[in-house]
Amino acid sequence: MSAPMVHAEKVHKSFGKVEVLKGIDLTVELGEVCCLLGPSGSGKSTFLRCINHLEKVDAGRLSVDGELVGYRQSGEKLYELKEKETSSKRAEIGMVFQRFNLFPHMTALGNIVEAPIRVKGLGKAEAAERARALLDRVGLSDKVDAYPAQLSGGQQQRVAIARALAMQPKLMLFDEPTSALDPELVGEVLDVMRGLAADGMTMLVVTHEMGFARDVGDTVVFMDGGVVVESGAPHDVINNPQQERTRAFLGKVL
Amino acid sequence: MTSTASVTAPERLVAVPVRYWGRWVSAVVVLVLVGLFLYAMTRADVNWQTTRHFFTFPTIVRGAGRTLLISVLAQALGIALGVVVAVMRSSGNPVTGAVGWFYVWFFRGTPVLLQLLVWFNLAFLFPTLSFPGLGSAKTSDVMTPFVAALLGLGINEGAYMAEIVRAGLNSVDEGQTEAAQALGMSRGLLLRRIVLPQAMRVIVPPTGNEFINMLKTSSLASIVQYGELLLAAQAIYTNNLQIMELLFSAALWYLVLTSVFSIGQFYLERRFSRGATRNLALTPLQRVRLALLRSERAR
Ligand SMILES: Nc1ncnc2c1ncn2[C@@H]1O[C@H](COP(=O)(O)OP(=O)(O)OP(=O)(O)O)[C@@H](O)[C@H]1O
Ligand SMILES: [Mg+2]
Repeated sequence: MSAPMVHAEKVHKSFGKVEVLKGIDLTVELGEVCCLLGPSGSGKSTFLRCINHLEKVDAGRLSVDGELVGYRQSGEKLYELKEKETSSKRAEIGMVFQRFNLFPHMTALGNIVEAPIRVKGLGKAEAAERARALLDRVGLSDKVDAYPAQLSGGQQQRVAIARALAMQPKLMLFDEPTSALDPELVGEVLDVMRGLAADGMTMLVVTHEMGFARDVGDTVVFMDGGVVVESGAPHDVINNPQQERTRAFLGKVL
Repeated sequence: MTSTASVTAPERLVAVPVRYWGRWVSAVVVLVLVGLFLYAMTRADVNWQTTRHFFTFPTIVRGAGRTLLISVLAQALGIALGVVVAVMRSSGNPVTGAVGWFYVWFFRGTPVLLQLLVWFNLAFLFPTLSFPGLGSAKTSDVMTPFVAALLGLGINEGAYMAEIVRAGLNSVDEGQTEAAQALGMSRGLLLRRIVLPQAMRVIVPPTGNEFINMLKTSSLASIVQYGELLLAAQAIYTNNLQIMELLFSAALWYLVLTSVFSIGQFYLERRFSRGATRNLALTPLQRVRLALLRSERAR
């Protein structure tokens, strides 16, 4: 049996004196969609950022695809990864942000081909061809030459998903991908994510979309105050929560 | 028939335009002042003929050429140093950060005239300069007026450009860096491809001002005997004593140079605001075209 895609054991993270993650335990298997729920400030974003080496873990063990995040183990000793090693690990993980973060000075196509060409060394023609296929997949084949400012929020987020997919990641992280969108645009982004899940992509999704978590999630994890309060199958956690804190939170969002 | 109704144009609105009394008052004030100034100039003891003559005099033209040359080179040096120092200061490396801070502190904290003199007189400090792998040379041979002017003006400019570039880098949303990092880009790559191009919008306008300033500040290089415009004018008026006439010839050249580059600045700024604003400022040509179009429609 292969190693889980994401494996966290007692992960701690502090910013100065404030402890944000207080021992997270979580596992995402290959091909699984895991939805992360929790109130604002519970540390969801911080945890995703740790997985993608954007923050350093202070204590505990965090591994992606069987390899430790941020460190290299040699015997009993841990060595911090060099910038180059960190970058190459990040290249294998796709990340989608709440505020899209498209590069405003590049067209949709330019946004997508940038990393494959400059980071992976892919040929320009091949990268462009793949990018067009990806834009087609997210339903934006007519927006190849549009700049981000000319796209709606939903379209921007779909380009951002295509941009992450262009690196052919083994894991996709989504940090509230629909919470900056007008309600009528949420659906088009969720549809793209549904398609991804159906294609077998391993996904860790921070979301407040209970419908999505219920339909698409293989597991749902509820976080509060820097710890995992409850996790399990979507049906169990959402419809029949065991913990008082989960019940209180779901009562507010449902 | 509904189709014809939708074809007829809506009725044009007719209204009495707002009267701008302030504009009329200020116009009258300005006209009076201009008249007074012109009257004073006709009574001033200046031979405009001489000013015109020396405006195209080879020594003066060559001086203007050198002013342009040293300004372009010193500004280029300043931009290069500014980018390097700004990156050093925002790199998070305490050593390079301190070096960058010291550079800005020192070169912004001392007069550029003094710096020019120090470079020019470097031979008193180090009689010979040795370049690793290239041998050595007498400092007085290396430190020609041109080199002293270039180093003095360029290194000083670097300190100001460093602050401008740093402000530009800071103006770019942090999410951009994060998104680029998440795609596996290295620091250097994301600076070059993602952050700097976006910072340009903030960097270009003040850099244009810096360059126009440099065109004028380069006159300080006359102190180290670099033969730019002001030194050329001085060299002539010490002989013919037509001081004001020559200073006006030089002033005209400075105005020509600064005007030309102000126009260039407009187009450069326009180019770099692409993607950030939906409505680009109109170029003069577009304005003329639009005005023509409007008057045609009015008729
Ligand atoms: N770089 C930082 N420095 C200091 N504190 C931080 C930093 N990043 C996050 N925090 C703090 O960590 C806590 C958790 O933040 P995080 O963004 O992970 O929460 P979240 O669960 O994603 O919340 P939200 O639903 O609002 O996005 C917050 O109290 C936040 O203020
Ligand atoms: Mg968050």
